[in-house]
Amino acid sequence: MDLQPATIELKDVTKIYRMGDIEVGALRDVSVSIQAGEMVAIMGASGSGKSTMMNILGCLDVPTSGAYLLEGENVGQLGDNRLAEIRNRKIGFVFQTYNLLPRLTALANVELPLLYGNGHDRRRRAMTALSRVGLADRVSHRPTELSGGQQQRVGIARALVKEPSIVLADEPTGNLDSQSTEEVMAILQDLNHREGLTVIIVTHEPDIAAATRRVITMLDGRVVDDHTLE
Amino acid sequence: MNPFVTFRISLASLGANKLRSGLTLLGIVIGVSAVISLMAIGQGVQQSITSRIESLGTNLIFVQPGESVQQGGLGGGAGSAATLTLEDAYALEDPVFAPAVKAVAPEIRANGQVTAGRNNTFAQIIGVTPEYSEVRNAPVEQGEFIAQGHLNNYSQVAVLGQTIKETLYGNRDPVGQPIRINGRQFEVIGTLESKGGGFFGNQDNQILVPITTAYYRISSQRTTHGEISVDSINVQMPDIGVMDEGMMQVATVLRLRHHITSEDDFIITNQQDTIETLQETTNTFVIFLGAIAGISLLVGGIGIMNIMLVSVTERTREIGIRKAMGAKRRDILVQFMSEATLLSLGGGAVGVLAGASVAQLLSGQPLLGNSPLETSFGWDIALLALGVSAAIGLFFGIYPAMRAASLHPIDALRYE
Ligand SMILES: Nc1ncnc2c1ncn2[C@@H]1O[C@H](COP(=O)(O)OP(=O)(O)OP(=O)(O)O)[C@@H](O)[C@H]1O
Ligand SMILES: [Mg+2]
Repeated sequence: MDLQPATIELKDVTKIYRMGDIEVGALRDVSVSIQAGEMVAIMGASGSGKSTMMNILGCLDVPTSGAYLLEGENVGQLGDNRLAEIRNRKIGFVFQTYNLLPRLTALANVELPLLYGNGHDRRRRAMTALSRVGLADRVSHRPTELSGGQQQRVGIARALVKEPSIVLADEPTGNLDSQSTEEVMAILQDLNHREGLTVIIVTHEPDIAAATRRVITMLDGRVVDDHTLE
Repeated sequence: MNPFVTFRISLASLGANKLRSGLTLLGIVIGVSAVISLMAIGQGVQQSITSRIESLGTNLIFVQPGESVQQGGLGGGAGSAATLTLEDAYALEDPVFAPAVKAVAPEIRANGQVTAGRNNTFAQIIGVTPEYSEVRNAPVEQGEFIAQGHLNNYSQVAVLGQTIKETLYGNRDPVGQPIRINGRQFEVIGTLESKGGGFFGNQDNQILVPITTAYYRISSQRTTHGEISVDSINVQMPDIGVMDEGMMQVATVLRLRHHITSEDDFIITNQQDTIETLQETTNTFVIFLGAIAGISLLVGGIGIMNIMLVSVTERTREIGIRKAMGAKRRDILVQFMSEATLLSLGGGAVGVLAGASVAQLLSGQPLLGNSPLETSFGWDIALLALGVSAAIGLFFGIYPAMRAASLHPIDALRYE
């Protein structure tokens, strides 16, 4: 496994938020490397820096210092436009609060990433992604007409539609009941096992962490534990 | 992102807040329609004034008495002195000294009470020579015009303008009928074609009589040497090209006749100058109207900016989501700019239609004197208005759009 090139490599990544005179070290010298096709859970207390790390992994933000190599490319050096392109092509986001656009139908929400960058065949690709999460019969529903679990599945379909190599899910089941949690986790696991996507999930629930093979634990902006189950 | 998709998204966003978009649109509609209708009215007024003057003939020059210098310092105002005579007028027809002159028509003006049967009215009475009809473009409708014989005999004959004819005779044929002018008995020998209300008084409210009759029977003015004095002399040139030359020749002839060494006792003006002066004045007027209307357009633009700023704030999270999905700064910028431009262009289009309808409605309404206003609305104005509204959308849309585009994706996603 060590012979494979790392998809994600954080080297001494530090992220400092400045609020007036106070500096908050949200991440301190974090070094992590994740191989293509891994499924990883990130755990840790509230405020330990999990979301901050996900934002950097997702190219929504850049490190204050240290290097982030994504498929060998140093992302910390890139400008806004290149970062947007990488988000569009390589990364699928799943949010705790779904973040669907309320005015749009499920289908239109899933089409969203296809509007930017290369977007041929939008309708068909969005339909395929919705079928993939079992919502082919809900294409013209708006988010308010869907249950939380269904909304999150639309969110996953949207993350998949551009066929990314990495799916980042920040507390994807945080707002869901156990039934929906199982459905969502089943989909994410399936993506990892069957399609070989790299899946990174932030979670507070040990059950969910148990569904992954590797768990990274954070505390006060540092990685304090990183172990892989056999 | 392809333009069609951008357009669809913008339309959907605006459609999500129909009332708000509609009210914002209204601001532009009012501004644009105000500009359009005021410009159309202004241009219409300008055109009707110009064409009214041009209908008198652009190749005319007017000679009027100036200040009298013989009265020893106590000169009257322009036109007050009786320095021009009938002889002066005839002298201007001299082919040697004034070869550029085509025809000359002197006139005497007076006001008088006219009566026919039980009807009476107040009219402007003009003493003319036979040349007047051609020089002042006043063709006869019925009967005949004043002839040289009438002048020689001081005949008490009159040619009536349309309004006078209708007031005094209604639908009856006035030719051959008696008419009393300031108590004296005249005979109607003809009527003039209608010319509509003139800028220099209503030409239909005139009565033409032989100039000699006017001088001896109606006018109260007398010269010291027993000559017939006139109020003004219309001089016609063959075409506009010889106007300056003609004015020089007329001035020379009159100076010789009046033995003038220093200051002229007459004033020469021409039609073209009058038109130009008037056009300058009305141009200023039109621009002034346009500027006032332009202010309301500006207010409409500020309305767009205001609503776009609100929209950016409300949709912060949407912007964050779009950015997370790979939207670049430019994508967001273009989207908000296109919404602003769509608002202003939509308002502009409705405004053009509204303005054009107002112009159409006002067209033919009596506004100046009793002549119908000819509003003019052209595609150039419409295109200009659309261009200006697009520009307003871009100008007032750029700041909100830039604010949207420069939001940090994480801050935007986290926005409640
Ligand atoms: N935009 C910001 N400005 C200032 N401080 C911030 C900002 N974002 C995060 N922080 C700080 O960074 C630290 C880590 O935050 P982060 O959101 O990564 O925590 P987390 O592990 O995701 O917590 P939770 O489990 O509650 O989501 C916190 O102390 C937080 O206050
Ligand atoms: Mg978090």
